Amino acid sequence: MSVATTLQAGEAGHCGADIRSDLQVRIEVRDGGGLRIELESRVGSFYGDSIRRQAEEVLEALGVRHALVEIRDEGALPYVIAARIEAAARRAGRGMGTRVLPDRIALPEPSGRDRLRRSRLYLPGSEPKYMINAALHGPDAIILDLEDSVHPREKDAARLLVRNALRAVDFLSCERMVRINQLPLGLEDLSEIVPEYPDLILIPKVESAAQVVEVSQHVEKIKADYGITRPVWLMPILESAVGIENAFAIAKASEQIVALTIGLEDYTADLGVPKTSTGAETLYARQHLVNAARAAGLQAIDSVFGDVGDMQGLHAWALNSRALGFEGMGCVHPSQIPILHEAFAPTKAEMDKARKIVAAFKEAQDQGLGVVSLGSKMIDPPVVQRALKLMARAEAMGLTQ
Amino acid sequence: MPTVEKTGLAANAAGRMVPESVNGRRQVPYLGAGKYWPAGLKASAPIRTAANYPANGDKRVSDLETALRKCGLRDGMVISSHHHLRDGDRVALMALKAAARLGVKDLMWFPSASFPSQKDAIELMEAGVIDHIEGSMNGPLGDYCTQGKMRGMGVLRSHGGRWQAIQDGEVHIDVAIIAAPAADAFGNCDGSHGKSACGSLGFALADSIYADYVIVVTDNLVPFPCVPWQIQGNNVDFVVEVDSIGDPAKIVSGTTQITRSPDRLRIAEFVARFLQDAGIMRNGFSFQAGSGGISLAFVSYLKEMMKQAGVKARFVRGGSTKYLVELLEEGLTDYILDGQTFDLDGVRSLANNSRHLATSPFTSYNYHGKGSFASMVDAVVLGATEVDTDFNANVVTHSDGRLLHGIGGWQNCLAAGCTILALPSFRDRIPVIVDDVTTLCGPGELIDVVVTERGIAINPLRQDLIDAVKGSKLPIRPLEDIKNEVQRICGGKPQPRKHSDRAVAIVKWVDGTVLDTVWQTA
Repeated sequence: MSVATTLQAGEAGHCGADIRSDLQVRIEVRDGGGLRIELESRVGSFYGDSIRRQAEEVLEALGVRHALVEIRDEGALPYVIAARIEAAARRAGRGMGTRVLPDRIALPEPSGRDRLRRSRLYLPGSEPKYMINAALHGPDAIILDLEDSVHPREKDAARLLVRNALRAVDFLSCERMVRINQLPLGLEDLSEIVPEYPDLILIPKVESAAQVVEVSQHVEKIKADYGITRPVWLMPILESAVGIENAFAIAKASEQIVALTIGLEDYTADLGVPKTSTGAETLYARQHLVNAARAAGLQAIDSVFGDVGDMQGLHAWALNSRALGFEGMGCVHPSQIPILHEAFAPTKAEMDKARKIVAAFKEAQDQGLGVVSLGSKMIDPPVVQRALKLMARAEAMGLTQ
Repeated sequence: MPTVEKTGLAANAAGRMVPESVNGRRQVPYLGAGKYWPAGLKASAPIRTAANYPANGDKRVSDLETALRKCGLRDGMVISSHHHLRDGDRVALMALKAAARLGVKDLMWFPSASFPSQKDAIELMEAGVIDHIEGSMNGPLGDYCTQGKMRGMGVLRSHGGRWQAIQDGEVHIDVAIIAAPAADAFGNCDGSHGKSACGSLGFALADSIYADYVIVVTDNLVPFPCVPWQIQGNNVDFVVEVDSIGDPAKIVSGTTQITRSPDRLRIAEFVARFLQDAGIMRNGFSFQAGSGGISLAFVSYLKEMMKQAGVKARFVRGGSTKYLVELLEEGLTDYILDGQTFDLDGVRSLANNSRHLATSPFTSYNYHGKGSFASMVDAVVLGATEVDTDFNANVVTHSDGRLLHGIGGWQNCLAAGCTILALPSFRDRIPVIVDDVTTLCGPGELIDVVVTERGIAINPLRQDLIDAVKGSKLPIRPLEDIKNEVQRICGGKPQPRKHSDRAVAIVKWVDGTVLDTVWQTA
């Protein structure tokens, strides 16, 4: 009788009493003896058979035929199970160059260049429990984050989880954004992510146009390889003094850029000043970024407001952001979303005024007049343009009924 | 070896197989809601003579053992207790352990609910002191029961059903143990004052009236009279003083925090908006909300809507919490009619505010009363562990068949004008909206609305509610749709349940008929 020897082992995922919707997989690849799957699952009496079957299928596809596989499952959904097994197998040195993809749900409509981006909800790329219901809370976008919210040791596993989430999770009408890692690690992220049709890539800590060009070229190459024709937009995040100074050059670096945004934690750290709730220390950077974005015809999007308990502070910050010319902010908790949507909406007074201007403009057009006037006042063309834009925005927000 | 009796099974009106006999008593299978009309006289306590009690009113005895001996406690008797001290209670176990020291066996313990901290009752069952429990079981006691280790069969009743079972003589209490945060030596007692204050003592009221013997146990003996008294000393045989009746930190339980989960907050907001859009939230309306995280959040959303609309409730029903007390103190309701008191704000308000009234299962829930408050409430918000596409719901077992919760007032509350179940559509990977509930606790015909994070389903039987919310922006959709969506997310239908064919407990309907069976887990 021969005893199988262990060749290599790999482990991925998380388990424990406080963990939900995840699992831990440990794979010991052996030189014989077939697959032995040891499963402990919180939902074993409902999905135990299904988990075993899925594990066998995934391992078969990865070419793992002889292994001891230990799974401790905390109620993970199938797309998570597939990602964790794949990560563990790869860490055991198996399945390189193979992807085991979960079924893809219907792709949403491609995202528009100028769509509303009032709120974008950050979801840590290694935390499956937040993903499935994120879109229910109605942010304009979700961000599957591979960068700061993911521990350096988890980058490879998070990348697979985010890839599978893009295929299997219904994010409803949210724009599906992914924040990749800083280059060059970010390029590896793109290889897994771009084939799954993200709507937008956030590029962190951008300081030069060249960085954006590199990402853009990489994205376009992958798109060409996979025959993807729909847009994958870019949003550089400027998080340093140098980045801010180069804002306009960065904004012009790629046709695929739709917005510039700013990361205030890193920026204030770079300046060596504390970040305050009024933001006086970042006023210059934010105004400079708005100006550079507008000069390049892009949206300017503000940073996140980190104190999830302070709704009044968030509201005040967002109103100020809007006044500076930003069109949206990041969110770290769903409770921030309605506050942002209200703050970034045009006020009733603004809409009333814009409605009158638009009506006067239409009347002038109907009468073939070159000059638009409201009462005794003449209205300049830029004012008309602003009113038209504001009403279009209000309509997109569902405020015009 | 456990010796659960062999008994035949019969199908009831809900199509569930239920035992024909339980703990030696013939049972009536469920006939349909409101269909069972028993006749005859109510049970009563034996005649007593005041001349046999101390003329100076001092009924104190030295300890529980002495009191139990004087009650004539013997093998096979029924000992009852109440659960107003919740997980902090020390008295029920103290009494059962005193009974063990007297050497009695085969007792039936009849708590109004049991809690995880009372898990020592397992040792008493192993030792043969307790034969079985009729009352809610969860945690270790629930597992003990569903693993088939209890000798007799468990009987799960609603708060109203417990009163009904006492009144129609199905359960006769030999000795009632009443833990009292304040009492005098005559036996008058109350829950609103003292270091172990817990608010109302309503669950002990029936025990005090119908038991052969009543023992009051207190850690706060006050000179006569103990004012106010919710329990009358004229029903009490003995008074025992102890150092502590309970752990104050656990008397006000930890279930009274507003949820911070965004999904659950979304559910709570939907419930409040539903009441508004359906026109239920109007001047003079009433509602009941429990102590769960979603219920509490619902109250805080509703409060803002009531303020904005200038609407005031006539009464709200507890379990009272800080959030209901705020409604009362801000003038948004005229009264709190309180069944139990969940937190310190509730305890304070009940003691000091004449518009905050203690009620009992008799006023609120009893099937043998001439009506009850429950059916006069406009809307009630409840939880559940499972609901099927015909709106039938489970509140006692987990989907794997283990006992998780008691019925509490849940079944009784289904009588409200609009019964709303507020629950997530799945937990971990386990669908909550299912084809067939594990244990039937509430018939679908009485459940009107199911609110989940993925949408709101209205029972097709309630065309009036469907019409009332026409034009609402709420995501109203068929329950079947939500079920299918959740099943897709979870990766298909769960495996069929496995359980043994051995009944370990029954679920009674509010009228005393048998609604369903809890089976030994496989």
